[in-house]
Amino acid sequence: MESIIQIQNVTKTFAGKDGGVEALKGITLDIERGDICGIIGMSGAGKSTLVRCLNFLERPTTGTVFIEGRDLSGMSEKELRQTRTEIAMIFQHFNLLMQRSVLDNVRFPMEIVGVKKAESRKRAMELLEIVGLAEKAKSYPAQLSGGQKQRVAIARALANNPKILLCDEATSALDPTTTKSILQLLQQINRDFGITIVIITHEMSVVQEICSHVAIIDNGELAEHGTVEEVFTSPRTAAAKKLVFMVDPKAGEMRGKRCIRIVFKENSSFEPVIANMVLECRAPVNILLADTKDIGGIAHGQMILQLPEDEAIGARMIHYLQERRLTVEEVDSYVG
Amino acid sequence: MWDKVMIGMLAQNTLITLYMTLVSTFAAYVLGLPMGIVLVVTAKGGLKPNRMVYKILDIVVNVVRSVPFLILLILVIPFTRAIVGKAYGPTATIVPLVLAAAPFIARMVESSLLEVDQGVIEAAQSMGASLCTVIVKVMLGEARTSLVVGATIVLSTVLGYSAMAGAVGGGGLGDIAIQYGYYRYQGDIMWVTVILLVLLVQIMQYAGTKLSKKLDRRTR
Repeated sequence: MESIIQIQNVTKTFAGKDGGVEALKGITLDIERGDICGIIGMSGAGKSTLVRCLNFLERPTTGTVFIEGRDLSGMSEKELRQTRTEIAMIFQHFNLLMQRSVLDNVRFPMEIVGVKKAESRKRAMELLEIVGLAEKAKSYPAQLSGGQKQRVAIARALANNPKILLCDEATSALDPTTTKSILQLLQQINRDFGITIVIITHEMSVVQEICSHVAIIDNGELAEHGTVEEVFTSPRTAAAKKLVFMVDPKAGEMRGKRCIRIVFKENSSFEPVIANMVLECRAPVNILLADTKDIGGIAHGQMILQLPEDEAIGARMIHYLQERRLTVEEVDSYVG
Repeated sequence: MWDKVMIGMLAQNTLITLYMTLVSTFAAYVLGLPMGIVLVVTAKGGLKPNRMVYKILDIVVNVVRSVPFLILLILVIPFTRAIVGKAYGPTATIVPLVLAAAPFIARMVESSLLEVDQGVIEAAQSMGASLCTVIVKVMLGEARTSLVVGATIVLSTVLGYSAMAGAVGGGGLGDIAIQYGYYRYQGDIMWVTVILLVLLVQIMQYAGTKLSKKLDRRTR
């Protein structure tokens, strides 16, 4: 596979009082055509700056970005604007033109590149059809819900047939159900139009839901990068573990007890693994965290269990789980 | 005293006041609107930051705005004479009115444009919009109701200034008020002119508010 986006040693320093803030400290990352790549990190990690470097809304301090092999830093203002029409972007707060109707919002990018009005109207209606909002064409953004606004923004993003779609925390302002439907729409777009999608998020669940690859950004550096499967099953760095385990202050109570993390990725959703284990071992376990879902009959996700004090029973449980080909690791050394 | 001549004179001067106000406001927007745009664009964190341009314009606007209108009126008499050919009468008054209103408009436009959501501007840039497109279609387009409200305020201010010009023979209702009410102690005529001025401001305000509401799509 060829890389559609090549980020090469990008640094970004924002001028400030004491010498400035280093938002990005040399990031190198390739994103392949047709991927849905998640860029995840805690707030302030630099991920929003990074995504803005991909279309040079923020010019990197050093390093550069290649889009389909073309170096953005070597482009004139005009060439850069031309390239940006191929890289669409959607935002956390939708950023629609509030004084324009839904239809005219979707027409806006076409207006910029000089598409004739009649033609752009037709295309805008088609796009609204795709995002399921054709009947709202004459409405204004203020009359729409958050999810509908993001759908309009997606239709707008598709207007000039982009090759890449950048999503900057696109679901962070939406409720879980709406988030799911927006993610499904993005997946559909990736599949139907072959558009490479880059998703910036702070939520691991978003990455798990639709991404093929994930890059973890921590404190301006690329902490980890790989397929979602790899990173999720065996996170290597502290930053990755933090995001995967979703540690919150409450989870601190696990300290001192023997805990294990189980990752589900190939077991049937229909097998009650934990319940069977409890029945077999005749000892209770405490489920501290469970985040699993059924994807096509296969259980996906993770659980963190607190095992009984008895060492022998604990070992038996681990053995039981490993026999069922689950990835098991002890986490008491990490948490806290 | 309230004969046809008097009523005719009041009517004529109401029209003169309107003429001065509308023409000056229009001409002042031709100057002030670009000034306001340049202020926003060249400011720190603007689309094309330029410290020099911003500072110069900022100072010019502040200096002109700090000169009281009546004094500005007298200060620019040589300039007015050079342009119009005389220093009194409605058309001559337009010159200082434009000079006083343009920096005021620049500030009004500046504050309206600064209200535009930075995210929407960023979105337009991400689509490959040029600076010109961003200014015209995004900034002016999104700020249009605020701009109309601003224009309404500018109109009433210019109307007030035009009346002030009556003190130096500027013509219009202010002139009548001073000539008859002040120099001839005809208080009733002064009151009538005041009422006419109030009515004019009311009508402008009403029309402005109505128009800005009509243009606004941000409400359900």
